[in-house]
Amino acid sequence: MKLASDNFLQEASAALNAPEKVARRNLLGQFLPLARDSAASKYGDFDALRAHMKRVRRHTSEHLSHYLQQFEEAAVQHGNQVHFVADAEQLNSKVLSICQAHSARRVAKGKSMVTEETGLNELLLKAGLEVLETDLGEYIIQQAGETPSHIVGPAFHKSLAEIRQLFLDKHKLGERGLETASEVVEEARGILREQFLAADVGIIGANALVAEHGTSMLVTNEGNGDLCANLPPVLIVCTTFERLLPRAEDAMALQRLLVRSATGQPQTCYTSFYSGPRREDDPDGPLETHIILLDNKRSDILASDYREILDCIRCGACLNHCPIYIGVGGHPYGWVYPGPMGSVLTPLLTSLEQAHALPNACTSCGRCAEVCPANIPLPDLLRDLRQDESVQRIKPARWRHGLRLHAWLLRHPALYQRFTGWAMRLLGWLGKRRGAFRRMPFASGWTGQRDFPAPEGGGTFMGQYAARRRRGVRRG
Amino acid sequence: MDKPHPKRKRSRQRRDVALMVTCLADLMRPSVGFAAIRLLERAGCRVSVPEQQTCCGQPAYNSGEIDAAVPVARAVIETFEPFDYVVVPSGSCAGMLSHHYPALFEGEWRDRALALAAKTWELTRFLTEVARLPAPKRPPLESAITYHDGCAGLRELGVQQQPRQLLQEQCGAQVQELSQNKVCCGFGGTFCARMPEISGKMADDKLDDAVASGATIVAGGDLGCLLHLAGRARRRGVDLEFRHVAELLVGEPRGPGIGDGRE
Ligand code: SF4
Repeated sequence: MKLASDNFLQEASAALNAPEKVARRNLLGQFLPLARDSAASKYGDFDALRAHMKRVRRHTSEHLSHYLQQFEEAAVQHGNQVHFVADAEQLNSKVLSICQAHSARRVAKGKSMVTEETGLNELLLKAGLEVLETDLGEYIIQQAGETPSHIVGPAFHKSLAEIRQLFLDKHKLGERGLETASEVVEEARGILREQFLAADVGIIGANALVAEHGTSMLVTNEGNGDLCANLPPVLIVCTTFERLLPRAEDAMALQRLLVRSATGQPQTCYTSFYSGPRREDDPDGPLETHIILLDNKRSDILASDYREILDCIRCGACLNHCPIYIGVGGHPYGWVYPGPMGSVLTPLLTSLEQAHALPNACTSCGRCAEVCPANIPLPDLLRDLRQDESVQRIKPARWRHGLRLHAWLLRHPALYQRFTGWAMRLLGWLGKRRGAFRRMPFASGWTGQRDFPAPEGGGTFMGQYAARRRRGVRRG
Repeated sequence: MDKPHPKRKRSRQRRDVALMVTCLADLMRPSVGFAAIRLLERAGCRVSVPEQQTCCGQPAYNSGEIDAAVPVARAVIETFEPFDYVVVPSGSCAGMLSHHYPALFEGEWRDRALALAAKTWELTRFLTEVARLPAPKRPPLESAITYHDGCAGLRELGVQQQPRQLLQEQCGAQVQELSQNKVCCGFGGTFCARMPEISGKMADDKLDDAVASGATIVAGGDLGCLLHLAGRARRRGVDLEFRHVAELLVGEPRGPGIGDGRE
C-alpha cells in the first residue's frame, strides 16, 4: 500500500470537518470500550492472562529460530509448502507465481493485513486475475475503492446508508431495494457464496502459528476465512513470524485475549486451525497449501528497542480507546495500520521521515497501554520515535530549538525567574480585564484554537513568594 | 485492621514537605501554589519552597528531546532530595518525577531518582493518604462541580477518588461526573500546539460533556488541562468556570476563574 502519512494533518483536518462522520466515530469510541471493559471484567483475571501472554511471547521471540524450525518441520510434514520472503515484492511475486502455476483466474481472499501491507491485490489485478475480498468489511471497501480505516473493522467508516447506496450502484439488484441491514448483508453473502465456489485460489492471514503442530489459527466472525481456506483447490496463508507461538494452548490464550479486546465477545463465531492439504480420508479441503512468512523489516524491529511492538495481536483496542484515532478516523494515518499501534509500526515498516507526524499524534494519555492485551508500552514507544525524529533532525528545527532553549533556561533558575517574572507581570497586566488573549505572538499553535488565558497577575509564584518572605509574611 | 498505637503520636509531628510548585502554577496561577501551601500547613506540615525550582522538564521529555531533559531532571533531583516529602499540585508533573525520571538514568542517579520517586506525592493523594486536613468550618460550596481527571494522575498515579473525597469533605460538594471521564482532554503538552485542530476537537468533546453534566465549575488537578479547556471555552463562548482543585479546597475562591477577566 502506498504511504501517505505525510499528509496526516491535512487529512485529519478534513476528517474533523465532516460532522456526521465525527459523530459516528464518537459513538464507536464510546461503545467499543464499553464492550471491551465488560468482556474483560467478566473474564476474571484478565490482567493475569495478559501478563501470561507477555511471558509466552518473550520466550518465543528469545527462541525464535527454534520455534520457526519446529513450525516449518511440522508444517512440511503435513504437506504444506513453507516459504520465507524478505519483502513485499517477494511476497507478491511468490503469490503470483503460485497462482500462475495453477493457471488460476479467480482468487478469494480472507481478511489479511499482511497483504494490505504488500499491496498484493494491485499486483494480482494487474496480472489479469480476479481478486475478491470476502470479509464483509473488506468487500465493502474493495467495492468502494477505498482502504481500510480500522484493522478489525475495515469499513467502520461507512454508514449503512452509504453501503446500501454502494450496493445499489455496483450490484445488479433488479427490484430489490435493500431496505434493512440484514438485506444488505444477504446481498453480499449471495455474491460471495458464488465466488467461493468459483475461486481457484484462496488467500487468508493467520492470527497465530502453532509451532508444535505446524498449524495456523484463524479467528473470524463471518466464516469467510474457512470458505476461502477449504473450497478453492489451492490455499495460501500469508503471515509473519511474530504470529508464532509454541503450543496450541498458547494460541487459545491469545484467542481469549484477542476476541475480548477486539469486539468484547467472549468468543468469535469461528476459530479454526489449518493443518495442511486434504488427506486421503478428508471429505474436503484444499489440494495444495502454502504458508508464506513475510519479514518486511520485522527482523530489524526484533533486533531494536522497538521489539515489543511485534507482540501486537491486531485486536484494535488501542485504536478504539485512542481519542485521536476516534477523532480523525483511520485514513489520515495514511497507511495500513492506524491508531497507536499504527503510529509505532508505520514509521518502522516504512520510513520515519515520511511518517514522522504519526508518533506526534499522541497526548501520552496512556489509555491504549492500559487496555493493550499484549501489554505494549505504546506511549513509551511513541516517545522513543519522537526522540529518533529529533536525533535524525526530522523534527521541525523551530520546535527542536525552542524546546532545547526552554530546557536550557530551566537549568538557570535565576535567569529563568527574572525573565518569567517580568513576562508574567506584563501579560497579567495586559490581560487583566478580559482574562484571556485571542492572539499571542509566537503562540499561534495555541491561539489558533483557543484563547490564551492570562496569568493571574502580580507576577510569578516564585516572585511573589520571595517578596512575601522578604516582608516576613508567610500567609496569603 | 491495625489499631491506633500510642507510638502513632509520631504522626502528629510536623512533616517536612517541599512544595514543587510546577511551572504552570508558577507562571500562570500562583494562587494554586499559595493554596497548596495553606492546605499542607493546615494538614500539619512544615512547607518549604526550594528557590532553585523551575519545571520538571516534561516539554522536552515528551517531545523526545531526552538529552535536553536529563540535566533538568538531575537539577530537580538535587533540589528536592533533601526533603522528607515532595508534594506536587499536578498529576502530570508528579508522574514525571515518580515514573519517568528513574527511566532516564542508570547507576547512582537512578537510585537517587528512585529515592525521590518514593517520596513524591500528588497533592490530593498526599492529603488523603499521608497528612489529613481537619474538618472545615465553613458552609458548603453552592456551585455544582464536575471534575476532569488528568491522564497521568489517573493512570500513572491512581489519582481518582482522592480529589472527589476531598471536595466532599472540605467543600460539601458531590462531583457531577462527566460521562467520558477517562478520556483525555487533548492538552498533551506540545501536542496541543503541534496538532491544534485535533486537540481542539478533543477539548470540545470535554466541554460538551461538562456542560451536559450540569456543573458550573470544572475542577481538575492539572493546570495544563485546565488552561487548555478554559482557553477553548473562552474561544467558543462556553460559560464554565475552571479551577484547580486546590483553589476550591482552601476555601470559597475569590479571584476570577482560569481565563476569566475582572470585567
Ligand atoms: S497494540 Fe495492543 S491494543 Fe493495539 S492492536 Fe496491538 S495488541 Fe491490540
